[in-house]
Amino acid sequence: MKLTPAHREKIAAILAWLKRWLAPEHLATLRPKLEFQTGILAGFALLASVLLGFTNCSTQGSIQQRLDEDLKHSLAEVVPATLYDNDLLQDTIIVSSAQYNIGTADTLVYKAKKAGEVTAVAFKFTAPDGYSGAIDMIIGIDRNGNVLGVRVLSHKETPGLGDKIELAKSPWILSFNGFSLANLSPEKWAVKKDGGQFDQFAGATITPRKTLQATYRSLQLFKDKKEELLK
Amino acid sequence: MFLSENYRRSALEGLWHNNIVFSQNLALCPLLAVTGTATNGLGMGLATLVVITASNGLISLCRHLIPAEIRIPIFVLLIATLVTLVDFVMNAWAHEMYKVLGLFIALIVTNCALLGRAESFAYKQPVKESLWDGFMMGLGFTLVLVVLGAMREISASGTLFTNASLLLGESFKFLEITVIADYHGFLLMALPPGGFIMLAFIIVGKRMCDAALAKRNTPIQAVVMEE
Repeated sequence: MKLTPAHREKIAAILAWLKRWLAPEHLATLRPKLEFQTGILAGFALLASVLLGFTNCSTQGSIQQRLDEDLKHSLAEVVPATLYDNDLLQDTIIVSSAQYNIGTADTLVYKAKKAGEVTAVAFKFTAPDGYSGAIDMIIGIDRNGNVLGVRVLSHKETPGLGDKIELAKSPWILSFNGFSLANLSPEKWAVKKDGGQFDQFAGATITPRKTLQATYRSLQLFKDKKEELLK
Repeated sequence: MFLSENYRRSALEGLWHNNIVFSQNLALCPLLAVTGTATNGLGMGLATLVVITASNGLISLCRHLIPAEIRIPIFVLLIATLVTLVDFVMNAWAHEMYKVLGLFIALIVTNCALLGRAESFAYKQPVKESLWDGFMMGLGFTLVLVVLGAMREISASGTLFTNASLLLGESFKFLEITVIADYHGFLLMALPPGGFIMLAFIIVGKRMCDAALAKRNTPIQAVVMEE
């Protein structure tokens, strides 16, 4: 479409009108008017909603993609890549976990399979009773019930003290590896202060204690649902 | 001089005389919540710096459109929108950084300093000045957060800038220092009460500096003897 002189004139007229309308002196006469106040508040609200809606739509896809990447990354931390040849994100099962107190009533379990046989499972779980809120974690368990790895995904524990449960800050969480309900008695699944196997941190006992107890409960979940999970 | 007199005065206001924390006593909620370590303080400070500059600019740009009677709801709307936009965009396109700073971005909405600057500066001043004011106020806030975070971190765990490399990248690993080796920790300082205690020290320190400066700058008055 070509702009005819008539069109150009119209556009120029609109721009000139807009310029006049937006001039501070003109706006100063409008501001005390109730209609203008209502309109402008609505206008700002509309603008905000349009902007937010637009940004949400255009970033939703890549945010979901980033979250998937994060999940894949966390899964790779707790289940070694040599153990599976399937897509973990697609091969899932939901088991009921209400009586285990690991955050949710239903837990989504990712199955690692090699040549069609389940070699390990991984799932997210939560210690709802951390020192300052829930501690979200992910665990990988091999088919014999041994811990392949536990990682903390998010928490609100005291920075500098309780945050040593993060692998980025301390290797403590690696001390779970290889243990199971079978090779460690229930009373040893505790911090040393409580007569158990695992270290606590100077100045923070509750955080590692609750992390351990939640891990123990998630191993129980695996043990009780083994049939279903390894199918 | 590179900056005109007005800009220099505005910078000093933000950094020292009218500092968000020292003088306005605003933004104490995010301040006490995140300054457990110097790195967290820096992260919160930088995120706030960006948002307060943008919000000042935006509000100054729209200032003729905003009637005085309904300015507060419009400020709140604009600031909340801005923070949410930053949150979305960062999550999508700067995800690694978002994982570190994300927590702070959401907290900025609770920062009344933004509303404070919108109300007392950006609503009355041209865009360029408002941007500058927001930047300097943000910088002043960042400085306090880093100093407070450093003081709390050193007294709580004897280290400085732990995990700076997570926030700023591997090349900033050199910032991570153990100040007091073999320190057994002082839990109170890492908890919110420690924040209040250290903040009190900092504010007292600032007041003492001011008092000392004022004393030095007072001209010695000639005593005029009257007959």
